[in-house]
Amino acid sequence: MMVTLVNSIFGPNGALSLAHALSGALVLVSFMMLYQDRLSAVINVLALHSAVLGLAVAWQAWIQAEPQLYITAVIALGFKAMIIPLALHRIVRRLNIHREVEAAVGIGLTMLAGMGLVALSLVVMLHTAAHSAVLAREDVALALATILLGMLMMIARRNAVSQIAGFMSLENGLILAAAGAEGMPLVVEISVTFSIVIAFIVIGVFLFRIRERFDTIDSTALDAFRGELQ
Amino acid sequence: MTSVILFCALAWSLLGGFGALRGRTPDARPLVYGASFIVAAIASGAAILQLAFGATSGTAVVLPLGLPHLGMNFQMTGLSAAFLIITDVGAATASLYAVGYGRGEPEAWRVLPFFPLFIAAMNMVLIAADAYDFLIFWELMSLSSWALVVAHHEDEEARASGVVYLVMASSGTLALLLAFGLLAGVHGQYDFASIRAAHPGSWVGAVVMLLALFGAGSKAGLVPLHIWLPRAHPAAPSHVSALMSGVMTKVAVYAFVLIVFDFLGKPAWWWGLIVLIMGGITAVLGVLYALMEHDLKRLLAYHTVENIGIIFIGLGLALAFRAERLDVCAALALAAAVFHAFNHSLFKNLLFLGSGAVLARTGERDMERLGGLLRRMPQTGLLFLIGSVAISGLPPLNGFASEWMLFQAILLSPRLSAWSLKLAVPSVGAMLALAAALSAACFVKVFGITFLGRPRSPAASAATETDAFSRAGMIGLAALCVVVGLAPGMVIDLFAPVTRSLLGARLPAGHGMSWLTVVPVSLSRSSYNPLSIFALIAAGAGFAAVILHRYGSRIICRAPPWGCGYTSPEDATAASPSLSTQYSASGFAQPIRRVFGSFVFNARDQVTMPMPGDVAPAHLISALIDPVWQCCYAPLLVLVGWAADRMNRLQFLTIRRYLTIVFITLVVLLVWVAPWG
Repeated sequence: MMVTLVNSIFGPNGALSLAHALSGALVLVSFMMLYQDRLSAVINVLALHSAVLGLAVAWQAWIQAEPQLYITAVIALGFKAMIIPLALHRIVRRLNIHREVEAAVGIGLTMLAGMGLVALSLVVMLHTAAHSAVLAREDVALALATILLGMLMMIARRNAVSQIAGFMSLENGLILAAAGAEGMPLVVEISVTFSIVIAFIVIGVFLFRIRERFDTIDSTALDAFRGELQ
Repeated sequence: MTSVILFCALAWSLLGGFGALRGRTPDARPLVYGASFIVAAIASGAAILQLAFGATSGTAVVLPLGLPHLGMNFQMTGLSAAFLIITDVGAATASLYAVGYGRGEPEAWRVLPFFPLFIAAMNMVLIAADAYDFLIFWELMSLSSWALVVAHHEDEEARASGVVYLVMASSGTLALLLAFGLLAGVHGQYDFASIRAAHPGSWVGAVVMLLALFGAGSKAGLVPLHIWLPRAHPAAPSHVSALMSGVMTKVAVYAFVLIVFDFLGKPAWWWGLIVLIMGGITAVLGVLYALMEHDLKRLLAYHTVENIGIIFIGLGLALAFRAERLDVCAALALAAAVFHAFNHSLFKNLLFLGSGAVLARTGERDMERLGGLLRRMPQTGLLFLIGSVAISGLPPLNGFASEWMLFQAILLSPRLSAWSLKLAVPSVGAMLALAAALSAACFVKVFGITFLGRPRSPAASAATETDAFSRAGMIGLAALCVVVGLAPGMVIDLFAPVTRSLLGARLPAGHGMSWLTVVPVSLSRSSYNPLSIFALIAAGAGFAAVILHRYGSRIICRAPPWGCGYTSPEDATAASPSLSTQYSASGFAQPIRRVFGSFVFNARDQVTMPMPGDVAPAHLISALIDPVWQCCYAPLLVLVGWAADRMNRLQFLTIRRYLTIVFITLVVLLVWVAPWG
């Protein structure tokens, strides 16, 4: 019923168009994350990122009539849009680093690189999946762009918390790709999600540890500890 | 019959497990070796039955293990049955020998688990019928033999040999892996039946041939890939050395024949040329290395290199003939190569077991410290003599029969049309003749210095005859050398399915009495009847002996020989200088070292003589440079060291740099994919 409603509003392929729009929104939020220069803002954008993902996955569940995808959406909304950002905020407050700005690469350069990555993922998908439907192909291209932007976020920042945010958005891109592909088993998504939670816990503990030792969570301090700083 | 071999392999694996669990108990050793002998006898019997009476290919067995959709495929073809005979005859005699030999083996529990596993792996390689199994068991064969090489791991040299062996074995396996990957094609059909059905393009075929030559050649010991062989083979216990030298190198030959003759279809004309030239160089360099060497087991290992060269000359000829569709000539060359592989496995096993007996009784591998052993170990000496005559290619033993067949194939080379082959084959023939002559000279040295003369050390003078089991193993091999030498037609007929299935041609069967006379091409051209030659030799030698003893022996008188001024010739202590006045191994090799060594090995003899009246000893220092090491491996090592130094920096980057490297790699790969998709 809802699909026909959407179709009547947006045209004959409206259901898919909305999915497409949500994927595009995810990429847009990834770009937002790239130009944030405050840690608390980065975490808020991460929450937004996960919320958009939750909506996108829920919409996929609706149009594919795959109820188990709702579980993925709930996990995304519950865990990644609420619990993890709240926990990260708490860490930032406790470490008293909420005003820190630590971009290793300039914001403008990062944005330019991000645009190049989106173009690259569109070109790759155009060539490798030339025979498949246009919308499905571009959905995968957008997911790939989200993954690449997440990686870019990880290398463009020095601060470990922003690196976690980049890693989480990378993982959101993976889940978007998995939800778009029909027939991806739920087990895979659940295991990916759990691995993220474990990674979060480990990294959280790790952050407090390095803070205790080095009075900073700049990951270059670790290199100095190795005695290998160049 | 395939399942018989599978059960035998299972039995060996269980024996290996038993050896691992109970290896330290005193009863384990004879039990493991004895059972291994029985299993090997059953396996060789199955292979002989398959080859003599069975169809060309045995039944295929598929086990529900291994890769999904593929399983583990096993099948005994004519080719694998021939090599199974080589493997299991060698394994049976080595096991029987080890029942006695292993008694003196220190730390036998290091050998017991891996010896049966090694035999099982070789058998499984030979019956594997898909690339996955082939490579798995090939690697198992390499690793179990590596464990045997480093069994004496307290020895610094054994450990170093182990490292070199591991590196060479891994790079060889890598080459085979790539070859099978190319053969399987884009659809990944790894079972041999689909590989046989698909005929790769000419460029793919050429690359696969070169990879197979590298992969199999590094295991077989082709120059310049041989460097591990003379280090690793002697480092293992002697019955393992026999298996590695006599048998494992033949498994490598099997791999080459399988890939190049069975899978690749019609060869290009230059394939044969490359294999021929590599074979010729290997044969000559192998025997020259052996002549310069005075360590008994290492010398035998260098002779393995030489004989692998001879086998590859035969394979190269077969490729050349096949490229020009001269299938009968190709069958002759291939049959000669396989026959020589069989013969070499017999006499090389015999010689290694003999050297093991000498080593066990004297503790010496250096020939310069042996001597006079024929009186102290008469049976071992006689058996070693039979092996020496066979490896020297003297009639009427088996080495002569196969080398003679190879020469007959070389004499057919005018039928080839390519000019480069017309020129290359006779020169390779000359190299083969040179190698045969030099190996005879080398074994005069080995037997003369080790078994004749007087002992050069107290250990040699205290030696006693080896035990009955060891002798039984050697007697079996020596008897086979004689029987195969006297009735070569029997073995050639037995191996006929190999050439029939690979080339669709076989040798013309003999005329009524095929197993007595070998007729390679036609009766008007050449034939070889070993029995009549044997009769001639026996009659001539007997006649000469009668004449000598009838008319000569009465005027023999015993007198002390002139001892360069030293007066106690019978004083058999190491300190006695009279013992070092005997003809020595390096003295025997000196003329050859001067002729060939000066330009091949850049050999230099340096003599320091004391002044007249000075009683200080004179010194002779002869220095050799290994040309292969100098040209191929030394620059390679420098290159690897340089690259490692550069790469070392990668170990000290920051976390963000590592992430950046991963990211850039991903982007580059995506850019690579984009236009090629």
